Amino acid sequence: MIVFDRPKALLDVPFHYCPGCTHGIIHRLVAEAIDELGIEGKTVGIAPVGCSVMAYDYFACDMIEAAHGRAPAVATGVKRSDPDNLIVFTYQGDGDLASIGTAETVHAAARNENITVIFINNAIYGMTGGQMAPTSLPGQVTQTSPYGRDVKACGYPVRICEMLSELEGPEYLERVTVNSVANVRKAKAAIKKAFQNQIDGKGFSLVEVISSCPTNWGMTPKEALKWIDDNMIPYYPLGVYKDRSAGILGAADAKKEAK
Amino acid sequence: MTREYLFAGFGGQGLLFSGKVLAYKGLIEDKNVSWLPSYGPEMRGGTANCSVIVSDDPVGAPIVLNPDVLVAMNLPSLDKYESAVRPGGTILVESSLIARKVTRTDVNVYYVPATKLAEEVGAPQLANMILVGKMLSVFGEYNEETVSAALEKCISARHADMLELNRKAMETGKNYTE
Amino acid sequence: MAEKVLMKGNEAIAEAAIQAGCRHYFGYPITPQTEIAAYMAKRMPKIGGTFLQAESEIAAINMVYGVSSAGKRVMTSSSSPGISLKSEGLSYLAGSDLPALVVNAQRGGPGLGGIQPSQSDYFQATRGGGHGDYHMIVLAPSSVQEMADLTIRGFELADEYRMTAMILADGTIGQMMEPVSFDFKFKEVPEKPWATTGTKNARKHNVVNSLYLNPEQLEKTNIERYQRYEIIKEKEAMAEEYLTEDADIIVAAFGIAARVSKNAVNAARAEGIKVGLIRPITLWPFPEKVFAKAADHAKKIISVELSMGQMIEDVRLATACRVPVELCSRVGGMIPSPDQVYNAIVEAARKGGE
Repeated sequence: MIVFDRPKALLDVPFHYCPGCTHGIIHRLVAEAIDELGIEGKTVGIAPVGCSVMAYDYFACDMIEAAHGRAPAVATGVKRSDPDNLIVFTYQGDGDLASIGTAETVHAAARNENITVIFINNAIYGMTGGQMAPTSLPGQVTQTSPYGRDVKACGYPVRICEMLSELEGPEYLERVTVNSVANVRKAKAAIKKAFQNQIDGKGFSLVEVISSCPTNWGMTPKEALKWIDDNMIPYYPLGVYKDRSAGILGAADAKKEAK
Repeated sequence: MTREYLFAGFGGQGLLFSGKVLAYKGLIEDKNVSWLPSYGPEMRGGTANCSVIVSDDPVGAPIVLNPDVLVAMNLPSLDKYESAVRPGGTILVESSLIARKVTRTDVNVYYVPATKLAEEVGAPQLANMILVGKMLSVFGEYNEETVSAALEKCISARHADMLELNRKAMETGKNYTE
Repeated sequence: MAEKVLMKGNEAIAEAAIQAGCRHYFGYPITPQTEIAAYMAKRMPKIGGTFLQAESEIAAINMVYGVSSAGKRVMTSSSSPGISLKSEGLSYLAGSDLPALVVNAQRGGPGLGGIQPSQSDYFQATRGGGHGDYHMIVLAPSSVQEMADLTIRGFELADEYRMTAMILADGTIGQMMEPVSFDFKFKEVPEKPWATTGTKNARKHNVVNSLYLNPEQLEKTNIERYQRYEIIKEKEAMAEEYLTEDADIIVAAFGIAARVSKNAVNAARAEGIKVGLIRPITLWPFPEKVFAKAADHAKKIISVELSMGQMIEDVRLATACRVPVELCSRVGGMIPSPDQVYNAIVEAARKGGE
């Protein structure tokens, strides 16, 4: 009999996330990957500032809460403290990774730091109540772009996978989403690969997960999942942007998915 | 006894190195010593100086404002520090580069054409060590054993060939008479 | 006894750190402390350690945060503007009760300021620097030997009390060479059961964290931390007293200012003036008792600083304003001369009878 169980790497505590938020799914995928690879006892996770700030309460492995945007630097320190025996991952949102922590992200990637980065892109600051994110779409209405993101005044969204793919450093960059069963499966495979790469000593592996924020997008959870398809993915195409071991060496030969 | 030295000149003339040899010699002779460079954005050219204190007592302030001994390796340095030397102090002038004479009459002055002498030894970059050799002999403190030991501390094994050259330069300075 | 070698103050810090078992250094170039990074860059790869030039001061202090979380001795160094950048990390280290050693070879400020020596980060260091209620242990070396000694001590104190120890040096002590001997007896590094070294599936997960959304809990954490600070204030304050016993005039100075002041005190003593020097070695905890005792007999205190007057406030607090305290200072990278301090002493002595 197959029983649908909680992964061991997740503690038995209820998430604080809003109904319909996809953080829960992604936490689960990370935990499943940890379970399947049998690395919980040697894994250290770094939580960001943002909605997933309390991820340290959910994962059963050792956890560190980092300052806003600094998780890749903290992860660098942890990994280098015991590179042969520790598996280190960061779990970061778009404000954390692509705005205040851009420098830490870019340089950890450039150094091909042997860590795993799970990047949640939902195009908004959730925890602080729905402000414009570096990844908010042009025209997107948020608390701090009430008339829609005006690219003349606030510039354009940052496409992290595309940007990092131009660096020599990183091993693996893939963008996935979790708005359907099929996509969740693909996301799981990508996350597991990002951990496996670290185990194999291949280096910096980042999985960008296009995520939803029904609360701050002002939608039902179902509408939010559709909005991902209709608005997010056209701007942030899914696919593998870099996979050195597989010969995908940058945006030019990225394997983008149609949809 | 405490003696305060100021080495001054262009960056690149080896002021810091000669100060270090002097300080190490002091350390080897069981004295208290300090060595302090001026530091700034320019690595070469520009003016640089180096304070060295050698004392029987613990060294207080490491900055030499009124030196007992001034080693002036260029004109701007002599212009700047001549008046700062303590009455009764000593000035060594690099006379191949400085044309003018010291105007003060209450100090002992030695003019040494150090660059010229260094060229004769075959090491034009060691004018600094010619001056240190002369300075030590003036004070009757040219102790061959501790000078050699100090040089060995300051010159890495990788540059062992420089050891003999430095010794020779110091020797030349010691024997130089105007 | 180990042979004495001539070494720059900054290099002495680096060598002492290595001898204390520090195998992780993260930094970013800034004058006048770069010798520390250069020394580490040379040595760490040869002894299986990590030297990493970070992309910024902010990244460097967060790498320190990571290594410290994992329970290892770790350090970073910088100079004033860089310490401002690190202040966020210093606050997080305090909030997460993590040990670390941070060196500030101070230069003149504010802003980009200059590159010459200064002591104008005294407030920043002794009051914590970043946001929130916290302290760092602040050690103020005044010789190259002390750069080494206090680095060792700093690591020990940081581990013992789970907090940051800062070496508050200046460009002069960092750049100068003096004889130094590395002849240390090391305390055993304490166990760190709280470290995130992986659960090995053998214990509950460890969490390194400074977030407490429940105010009662955050208050409790702060109060407990300050109880630890009280123990430190009681046990760890250090000062050198020089000719203070019969002194009518006390000069208060740390670091390079203390060396200048010692010359002035000696000169004034030679003139028969009863003057002594108190040199705080820990700036936090401030050696309050030494000053309180001196205030029983001193008629005047002169605070000699390379700032517009920062330590002077702690001197006044420690003496409860029982004795007038005057400032004798230079700023902007200038250093008071022994003559300037001597004149201040003579002036104080002249007025003393009035």
